[in-house]
Formats: sequence, structure tokens, C-alpha cells
Amino acid sequence: MERLTFDLAAQPLRELNTFLHTGAKEGKVGHVTVLNPDGAHNIAVGLDCPINVEVVGHAGYYAGGMNKAATVTITGSAGTGVAENMMSGKVHVKGFASNGAGASAHGGLLVIEGDAGLRCGISLKGGNIVVGGSVGSFSAFMAQAGRMVICGNAGDALGDSLYEAVLYVKGTVKSLGADAQYEPMTDEDIDAVASLLDQAGLDHDPKAFRRIASKRSLYHWNADANQEY
Amino acid sequence: METKPVQFKNLSREESYGYDRKTLDYIRNAAAHGLYEIRGMGAKRKLPNFDDLVFLGASMSRYPLEGYREKCITKTLLGTRFAKKPIELDIPITVAGMSFGALSANVKEALGLAATEMGTSTTTGDGGMTPEERRSSKILVYQCLPSRYGFNPDDVRKADAIEVVIGQGAKPGGGGMLLGQKVNPRVAKMRTLPEGVDQRSACRHPDWTGPDDLAIKIQELREITDWEKPIYVKVGATRTFNDVKLAVHSGADVVVVDGMQGGTAATQTCFIEHVGIPTLAAVRQAVNALEDLDMKGKVQLIVSGGIRTGADVAKALAMGADAVAIGQGVLVALGCNGETYFQNGGHHDAIADYNALGTTPGFCHHCHTGKCPVGITTQDAMLEQRLSPAVGAKHLKNYLKTLNMELTTIARACGKQNVHHLEPEDLVALTIEAAAMAGVPLAGTNWIPGRGF
Repeated sequence: MERLTFDLAAQPLRELNTFLHTGAKEGKVGHVTVLNPDGAHNIAVGLDCPINVEVVGHAGYYAGGMNKAATVTITGSAGTGVAENMMSGKVHVKGFASNGAGASAHGGLLVIEGDAGLRCGISLKGGNIVVGGSVGSFSAFMAQAGRMVICGNAGDALGDSLYEAVLYVKGTVKSLGADAQYEPMTDEDIDAVASLLDQAGLDHDPKAFRRIASKRSLYHWNADANQEY
Repeated sequence: METKPVQFKNLSREESYGYDRKTLDYIRNAAAHGLYEIRGMGAKRKLPNFDDLVFLGASMSRYPLEGYREKCITKTLLGTRFAKKPIELDIPITVAGMSFGALSANVKEALGLAATEMGTSTTTGDGGMTPEERRSSKILVYQCLPSRYGFNPDDVRKADAIEVVIGQGAKPGGGGMLLGQKVNPRVAKMRTLPEGVDQRSACRHPDWTGPDDLAIKIQELREITDWEKPIYVKVGATRTFNDVKLAVHSGADVVVVDGMQGGTAATQTCFIEHVGIPTLAAVRQAVNALEDLDMKGKVQLIVSGGIRTGADVAKALAMGADAVAIGQGVLVALGCNGETYFQNGGHHDAIADYNALGTTPGFCHHCHTGKCPVGITTQDAMLEQRLSPAVGAKHLKNYLKTLNMELTTIARACGKQNVHHLEPEDLVALTIEAAAMAGVPLAGTNWIPGRGF
């Protein structure tokens, strides 16, 4: 397979994304290196073929957004909404990620080796997220399906208004959000965490994680709840 | 002699204005349930609207066109600012965003069939794009909503335009709502939700928080679609002057402004009636914002919320809209609030089913229950059979055709060869309120309240 390099200091982003949407699909190029991203927004968005993209440096908003099938690696940090609405494939951030990482992802795997900001995994719809560090407040807000593995700590209101997504946390949780509760880890949970850690290339004891899921008490209107949530 | 107190019938039964029978019912209902009322449709209260405006037809000082003979162009271009493939419509009347979930799959298909025949567009809704509506719609606008239910890149690529929904006229500041009885297995799967939950959509987008972020989000959608498709931004009418300016700043090709008469399939009544501003006021503010930025004609404006007739369309266009979007009128054309439904070659009485909902044709707003007696706002396997795509499409096509003929009738009477040449100068207002909101003079005067004499 051929390798191709785009230097964003010399080439416009449009050229990179155009290639990734058209030329990349011909299957001759297996690996694209993106140099000098310099925090540019919307790098490698909307991919839908199994190509490897390596962003050498820091990416801005929505890197790897709506990814399907491709593997996008960011050697630095990523801005808001990395891998938002991912369908499949993998987005791997070696550094830190800003707010809304993996928002509404339907599938695929998002790995963040460092910390993630606010609302990581918000509205998650079936994707998997592994965070090597800690996550900010309101992470997994309204998460519907999929799993989040948090190796560090979580901020306030973790898993607020959760649907069927499941969260695993190793460190401390500042507070759980409305309708989220701790549940015992089963053997399946331990296997799931072990498998996700393995796919993420992170070394932690899967038995050291706690499981958080929905109490399902907000699934239906309830006049007696007094909206104290 | 004994004197009896005199009883005056009208005085002793005087209804209180503040505590009228409706308000008494409201309080009793709140006391009985401890929960607000949720319903469908739009604001029911009396609001200044397009009926409060009239056209100044041609006479001595203007020259009219022959009603049936001379050409009057209705072609409408949307998305000319940045998109490589702007939307070209044959008529400036589009079908507003309504979800599969709120509406049955049959209805979504009917909307597409009729719109395609009339050369106009339909719009998806909260919950994603169904294959039926994509197949039946030549021009389909794909909504990107806060919930992102069913939102995916394949459908982004299949769409003809993308509409980023910030808000809705019936509930600016609120997310969608779909009660459990409508979350059937297909709806649940499309939205990745458990079956039967009372679904409350997010009111904020998950991955951006303000106009500067939105500019980047719009750029992302442009990059994903290789800058081909127009990007619309839809706002519920509130601080419309500022919101339209911010939408333009964010890079929108088209701004959709939805006034408070706009419908909903399920929202708190207090939200429908008390949040947002009337469409009439919103159009003026939106047009002022575009003119202020010198973007009139560069960024197109679609107006929705209570557009019912060809005259409404003409007035919206004269005030400066490029097109309108219709939701409730479209549903009424399909049979909403009708006494009968058409199935197996015959009309069937639906009144008993209305009565079971505690209502009667003409007053029904029970879209939220999913028990639509005429099979429109339902996910029930039996009820949805009451509207077939072909029958619905026929009626909707007739309705859209009528509106378009009325629109051109008025435009010709005002001497316009193109409906987009209608202008505010063609309008006057019948009430001081409408004159002030629409920014056109009170009929017979040159007085626009708020602008001196």
C-alpha cells in the first residue's frame, strides 16, 4: 500500500479532505500522514473507507468527525467534538481531548490517552470510548447506548439522564448525575472492560473499575418526581 | 310587603375574563394531575397574523398582469451563498420538518410524493431519514438536531441540503418530545432508544455551544459534503433580529425562521402559548437583519409558523421571505381534524375515535397520544393504515397547487411577473399591532407605529 503525506502548512485542508473522500476510496493508498495540523478544524471528517490517517500534532474541532471505517490517530491533542457521531472505525488521541469528545457516536472506538474535557460521550449512541486519564463534568449526559471506560476520575454529574449506555470508572467520581447508579460488576463487565482496555492499548486491572448504569426512573413521566433532578 | 332581591340574569352569570371557563379547567386539571398539559399543534390564542395585512393591488399608479395569460414566475433558488449545488424549487412553498415518529412512515412518503410532483422540497425531522421519504422526495432537506437521533454520515451524503435546527417556533429553547406510545420498535431502533420510553430530546447540541462554534460545525458539514449542499439554520422566533445575524455570521446559506404559530407533535401547552413571538413580527426582524448585513438575496430566508393560504405565502414573500415552509396546513390537507378517513375505496366515520380522545373534529390536538383518528400522527399498525401514501399525496398536491395559484393571482394583481418581486410597499396593515410588527403602514395612512408620522 502506498503512503501519502499532506502538509497543511502548504496545502489547504480542502485538498486533504477531498482526497480522503475520493482518491482514498480507490484503495491504493493505505496510510496518510498529515503534517503541521496546527490546530486546524475538521481534519479527516466524513471518512468512509478503511484508511489509516495519522495527524502529527494537534487537531482543532471535530477531528475524525462522523468517521466510518477509517483509523485516525492524532499524536497531539484534539479540540472539541473529536470523533463526534462516529459510526465505526477508530479515532485515537495520544494527548488530551477537549469538550464533547465522542459526542453522539453510534459505533467505533475512541481512545483518549490523556484527559477529556466536559461532556465526554454526551448522547453516546453505541460507540465505545476509553479515556486513559480523567473526564470532565456532565460526561455521558443522556448517553443512550455504548460503553465508556474511564481510567482516571470523573467530574460532576457523571451519566446524567443515562439511557442504556454503561460506564466504567476506576478512579473517583465527584458526583453521579440524575438517574445514574452504581451497579455490581459482573464477569461480562470485567470481560468488556478488559477487551476495551486491550483494544486501547492501556494497561489497567479491569477488576478495579466500577459500573454505572441507568436507574431508568426517568424513562416515563412521573408527576410525583417533583422534578428534583 | 315583602321585597325580593332582583336577579339580573346576565349579571348573575357573568363570566370572569381572568377566570374564564378555560382557566378554571386548566386549574382543575393541574390540581388533579400535578403535571402540565402536553399537546400537539401550535399556538391557539389570537395573535396578529398575515390576515391583518392586505395587498394594494394595481390600479392607476401600478399596472397589473393578466390573471390567466401572462407568465408569473415562481421558481426559487436556495443556497446560493456557498453551496456548489443550490436547491432549485419550482414553487416557493416547501414542506416543513416533521419527524418519522411524530408522523407515520406512510405520511412521510405522501409528503415526498406530493412535493416531488410539485417540484418542491420536504424535510426530515428528529429521528432521522426513512428510506421511504428519501425514495419519494426528489429534494430532501436533512435536519441535524440536538438529539442527533438517527443522524449519520450516509444520510448526510444522501441529502440535498442540511438544516441545523437550533429551535422551533412552537418551543424555542426546548427539545423535542415523543411520548412512549409512539416509540414503537421501528422508531426506537432508529433513535437508539428503549421501546416505549417517554422520549425527551436534548435542547442543546452536544458538540457546539454558540455562534462561533456553530461556524466550525457548519464548516464540518461542508467538508463532509465537499461543499456541495446548502446548509440551512433554523431558529424559533424570539430575538430574531440578533439570531438571524448570528446565523449568517455562522455561515448559513439559508435561514429558516419559525414563528410561534408553528406546530409541534408534543409540547407543554405553556410553552406553545407563552414562549416565542408571532411569525408576522419575526419576518420583519429577519429581513431587517439580512438587510442590515447587506445579505438580502445572498442568504435566503424561509418563513414558517402558521402559513395556511396562498395569501399568507404572498404576504410572507412581499415582506422579504424567499420561501415558506408549511407543517400544520400540510397535515390538514392530508385529513387532520377531518370527520372521515379514506380506506379501501370508501370514507369511514372517525368521530367515535375523536370522542374517545375527549375531542371532536376541528378541535383535535392529540398528536402526542399517537391515536390520531385519521392515521396521520400515529405509529399504531392499525391506525396508520387510515392514510395511504397515494391518497395523501393527491390531496397535498392539490393543496400546494392551490396555494401556488393563489400566490400568482395576487402577484399578477400587484403587477409582478415574478412572485419574488412582491415587496413591502405592496402591503398595508388593518390593525395598529400588525402595522407595528410587520413594519408596513396602517391602511389609508402612511403611519408605521414606532417610526414617527
